[in-house]
Amino acid sequence: MTTPATTGDVERPANRVLGTRARPERPGPLATSRAFAWRALLKIKHDPDQLYSSFILPIMFTLVFTYLFGGALAGSTGDYLQFLMPGILVMTVIMINMYTGISLNTDITKGIFDRFRGLSIWRPGILAGALLGDALRYAIALVVVTALGLLLGFRPGGGVLGVLGAFLYLQLFAFCLGWLWNAAGLVLKSPESVNQLSSVVLFPLVFASNIFVVPDTMPGWLRVVVGVNPITHAVTAVRGLTAGTLTGDQLLWALVACAALLVVFAPLAMYLFRAKSLR
Amino acid sequence: MTAVEPAIEASGLVKVFGETRAVDGVDLVVPTGGVYGFLGPNGAGKTTTVRMLATLLHPDGGSARVLGRDVVREADDIRARMSLTGQYASVDEQLTGGENLVLLGRLLGFTKAVAAERGEELLAVFDLADAAGRQVKTYSGGMRRRLDIAASLIVTPELVFLDEPTTGLDPRSRNQVWDVIRSLVDVGTTVLLTTQYLEEADRLADRVAVIDRGRIVAEGTPGELKASVGAGAVHVRLVEADRRPEAERILARVIGGQVRLAPEPDALSVPASDPERVGAALVELSRAGVAVSGYRLAEPSLDEVFLALTGHAADVDEKAEEDAA
Repeated sequence: MTTPATTGDVERPANRVLGTRARPERPGPLATSRAFAWRALLKIKHDPDQLYSSFILPIMFTLVFTYLFGGALAGSTGDYLQFLMPGILVMTVIMINMYTGISLNTDITKGIFDRFRGLSIWRPGILAGALLGDALRYAIALVVVTALGLLLGFRPGGGVLGVLGAFLYLQLFAFCLGWLWNAAGLVLKSPESVNQLSSVVLFPLVFASNIFVVPDTMPGWLRVVVGVNPITHAVTAVRGLTAGTLTGDQLLWALVACAALLVVFAPLAMYLFRAKSLR
Repeated sequence: MTAVEPAIEASGLVKVFGETRAVDGVDLVVPTGGVYGFLGPNGAGKTTTVRMLATLLHPDGGSARVLGRDVVREADDIRARMSLTGQYASVDEQLTGGENLVLLGRLLGFTKAVAAERGEELLAVFDLADAAGRQVKTYSGGMRRRLDIAASLIVTPELVFLDEPTTGLDPRSRNQVWDVIRSLVDVGTTVLLTTQYLEEADRLADRVAVIDRGRIVAEGTPGELKASVGAGAVHVRLVEADRRPEAERILARVIGGQVRLAPEPDALSVPASDPERVGAALVELSRAGVAVSGYRLAEPSLDEVFLALTGHAADVDEKAEEDAA
């Protein structure tokens, strides 16, 4: 016959540990977000390779564009570096930004998202904690890439304050753009497809901007594209901040670019997040 | 025990994915306490049903109450009192085993220190203390699964869903999981265990529901299920083959039912569920001078039950390794 599991006459080692049913108070939004932020920090600590690899492309582009094309584009490599570095800072943040979507998608496909959904927690904390972790990645990457720029001869006229202002703006810009990758991470089937989408979307947007060249010599239609590209406005603002020449108009447009990204993609991502949470 | 509300009550649960009715009208009553087995082959609708009951999936039809709460309207109340260990280890591979438990402890509301202490206790019980500081991606399948189950037990829940917790495990890991399930029962937790292993349901479950193609095809204790399919049989072997016609008459008279003559000339069998009648028949044979060289009472296996209920065999991959226990 069957051996019902209910014959509890043997003292099992696990019984003592499992006997505790005391449940603490449900954590609030802040405690939940802090727990998820801690998780994001641990990921950086255990797998710093992802962070390192996010420096490589910006550094490569800095070297290639400065020394290969710089002279031809701006008369001297030194002058070109002053023009290029702010754009490279924007690019650095954009390149790390897509990992937001890749991590979220990995959580969903690997099943841990279900674990979190099965808890009685403040759900947006999952995203909030991840965003805090991302902010640290941006900060580290920006410091590293700026240090390289200074080493090569980048001399920002805006001084320390200007550079810090640029970092601050880039944190805001990345936060707003991150919602695009959150939406992608929620919709796409695998982390690889998020990665593929990012190269399809990012490369055209990075080049169809004012990161590498002044758009004045581009054909009219392309100048229109460059003009509506949020990256262009971010680069203009970072250039203005680091050089200490930012105008009110430039700042306004840079903030409008952030707001536009936020207004379009944050509600979309939250809608998808809720849909994914329920289905 | 009679007044206790069932841990799970589902009626007419439906979930449709595109053209497929993955779950097609499931009714289920899981009593509080003990292990309830949810048995079916791959793709039968086990996981989809469990995900609906565990508030991870909205039903397209029907309703369910878990721990007395509605799975759609009162999902958060249910989440606070149950836990789910899915079919795929849902732990963070980049974190260490210890960190995974601390993270989940904090998400339950413990302070970091208490969560760490609780994590250590669980890791010790689950034989993972040595691996506590290693990233989960270095763990074996069995270690991952044990960590995953530990992660579900940081606060001992009133109800645990274990979705195929032993699929793909080696016998030693599987026995450890079985012991944990028995411990959970000891401390009063209700366990809903899905499995495609008939032996596992037979060993652990107090009651079993058999699901096939999104529908429950049978429900009861493992014993009842076997009995419903036609009970076991008594197989008799005679000393002299030419006495078989006489033995056939005696067995038919005392036990009843269809006596089957075996291919061997000295053997015959008859369906029998009542050991007393079998005893009486053996006495009658002896009185009539029909010498019996051996007899065997055989229960139908749950494999036979499954075949009889669904008209096709259960998925019994990796079944061989279970015999090592």
